[in-house]
Amino acid sequence: MNIVACVKQVPDTEAQIRVKADGSGIEEGGIKWVMNPYDEYGVEEALRLKEKNGGEVTVISVGPARVMETIRTALAMGADKGIHVQDAAFDGADAYTTAAALAAALKDLNPDIIFCGQRAIDDDQGQVGAVLADLLDIPHVSLITKLEFADGAIKVIRPIEGAQLLIEAKLPCLVTAQKGLNEPRYASLPGIMKAKKKPVDVKDAAALGVTPAVNMKVVKFVPPPARAAGKIVCGDDPAAKAKELARLLREEAKVI
Amino acid sequence: MAKGVWIVAEQRDGALRKISYELASTARKLADVLGEDVCAVLCGSGIEGIAGQLGKYGVDKVFVADAPALEPYTTDAHAAAVAKIVKENDPSILLLGASTQGRDLSARLVGKLHTGMGTDCVDAKIVDGKLLLTRPMYAGKCFGEVAISSFPQMATLRPNVFPAVENQKAGEVVKFDPALDEGKLRTKVLEVQKDASGKVDLTEANIIVSGGRGMKGTENYAIIEELAAVLGATVGASRAAVDAGWRPQSDQVGQTGKIVSPNLYVACGISGAIQHLAGMGSSKVIVAINKDAEAPIFARADYGIVDDLFKVVPELTKACKELLA
Ligand SMILES: Cc1cc2nc3c(=O)[nH]c(=O)nc-3n(C[C@H](O)[C@H](O)[C@H](O)COP(=O)(O)OP(=O)(O)OC[C@H]3O[C@@H](n4cnc5c(N)ncnc54)[C@H](O)[C@@H]3O)c2cc1C
Ligand SMILES: Nc1ncnc2c1ncn2[C@@H]1O[C@H](COP(=O)(O)O)[C@@H](O)[C@H]1O
Repeated sequence: MNIVACVKQVPDTEAQIRVKADGSGIEEGGIKWVMNPYDEYGVEEALRLKEKNGGEVTVISVGPARVMETIRTALAMGADKGIHVQDAAFDGADAYTTAAALAAALKDLNPDIIFCGQRAIDDDQGQVGAVLADLLDIPHVSLITKLEFADGAIKVIRPIEGAQLLIEAKLPCLVTAQKGLNEPRYASLPGIMKAKKKPVDVKDAAALGVTPAVNMKVVKFVPPPARAAGKIVCGDDPAAKAKELARLLREEAKVI
Repeated sequence: MAKGVWIVAEQRDGALRKISYELASTARKLADVLGEDVCAVLCGSGIEGIAGQLGKYGVDKVFVADAPALEPYTTDAHAAAVAKIVKENDPSILLLGASTQGRDLSARLVGKLHTGMGTDCVDAKIVDGKLLLTRPMYAGKCFGEVAISSFPQMATLRPNVFPAVENQKAGEVVKFDPALDEGKLRTKVLEVQKDASGKVDLTEANIIVSGGRGMKGTENYAIIEELAAVLGATVGASRAAVDAGWRPQSDQVGQTGKIVSPNLYVACGISGAIQHLAGMGSSKVIVAINKDAEAPIFARADYGIVDDLFKVVPELTKACKELLA
């Protein structure tokens, strides 16, 4: 089985995000870069699928030189090979362009199943997986928390508001992973050693035949609006404080 | 030339969802600035009768695709239907809800319509005749002002942020044939397991009462449930509580859980880690109950009580019950 996991490198969830003075972007200095947490679930599920059914796991990432580290992390977890799409033309790419680059890089591989994260926690778009599936003309199921494979088809669980769906899809198919799907493994020391020798193919826009066109642009980055200081209800008696809070919520905030 | 402000309305089990009215009202506002019409697309089976209700919230015309293959929702069927009618009419703006379904459908449409989209927007306005969106990025640690240079200019709107405003328009209902190709419907919903509790989903709740590690165990959530019952609230949790197995994954609020925007968010025994704030920071009013005055949640809270939650929460339930009686 040809299994693909898409991985994006993003700032660590603890990272302080500072907007550049001119609003053109964020300050990247001092940021610790990690694999998008949702992509970890995707890589883990890809590895489990391979371990059960055989096949090969390819990880792919579009991004600058630093994303090689994230590709190596996935290889150290157990993926077999990597593709690194690296071209300055893809910096600040929108979802369509990123997906077009991924689609071009994956076309000849004919993947049976592709894993993406449900969203990348930097731009928080949650678009690339579905666009990629559309460009490859395969179905997708987003936000899955369980996956079973048998007889050339997968059955997945997709929670929606107030219900869970059991969905069947024939392969090839793309799925997007969310928390609850599995517990991602850590790379082992031997895994890290082995990863160094695994092949990673580096490609640029010209090699892929993709012309980046940015249709969605962040014209300005702004810091979050400041919140006015809150009111602490003081006193020694929990009951009196609770009563005062209830009053404030009803009379001042008017939310209950 | 691309013209018209369009929405994709959302229905479940033959009832329009609240987000549909929020979308319609926002579209109306944008269309009035542009001097254009608001059109809605509604897909499903046996839903023609509810389409007209969108007129009440400012929709001029509703395009309805009514076919058995459109119920329940699958991406393939709905994306094909919406893409067809949108391509035929060339709107300048296309809005969907940042709900589970809207996020899924909209992303697929970005592919089919080869355009750009701002996800999970909290503001949308017209500047120089073009759509300008505001959306949280990096889990709300900063915001991006987003413009789209292709058509339709697409956006998904965060539920509960944009007001639904009554504004009666024609709401003319026009049926269209989605011309679905059975061979292209590649996914199948085998089973719908409904949540028996019938509680309002966190993403749609007006009030949320959440408990974190400070709850110390599953059984103690009874006091949270009681407060929630009095307030008509939905119960949420921090990741610490979910990972401890006290609450199901579907209750988790935060960066790797649900993003919520209720009118009131009550955080009990939650420290306010940045990943938790990412999920509830856009709530209108935030209340924190925590025994540690230094907990970061207080920096975000509009109201706070520094005390033992096991003493405060039952008293708060009592006080609210009396007030609301
Ligand atoms: C990649 C990643 C993603 C994450 N995603 C999420 C996410 O989506 N959602 C999320 O919530 N977290 C997320 N986290 C985890 C996050 O970093 C915190 O660990 C978590 O939010 C802490 O939960 P908590 O506030 O319940 O627990 P704690 O931080 O342990 O806080 C417990 C609080 O309870 C208070 N307390 C204890 N006893 C009492 C009492 N009797 N009365 C009153 N107060 C009391 C304490 O003072 C303390 O402030 C993520 C972390 C990572 C690394
Ligand atoms: N630059 C990228 N390289 C590889 N995969 C990506 C990239 N951007 C997005 N993805 C994949 O698409 C998912 C959703 O990303 P996004 O639409 O940006 O939120 C991510 O979790 C990744 O799996």
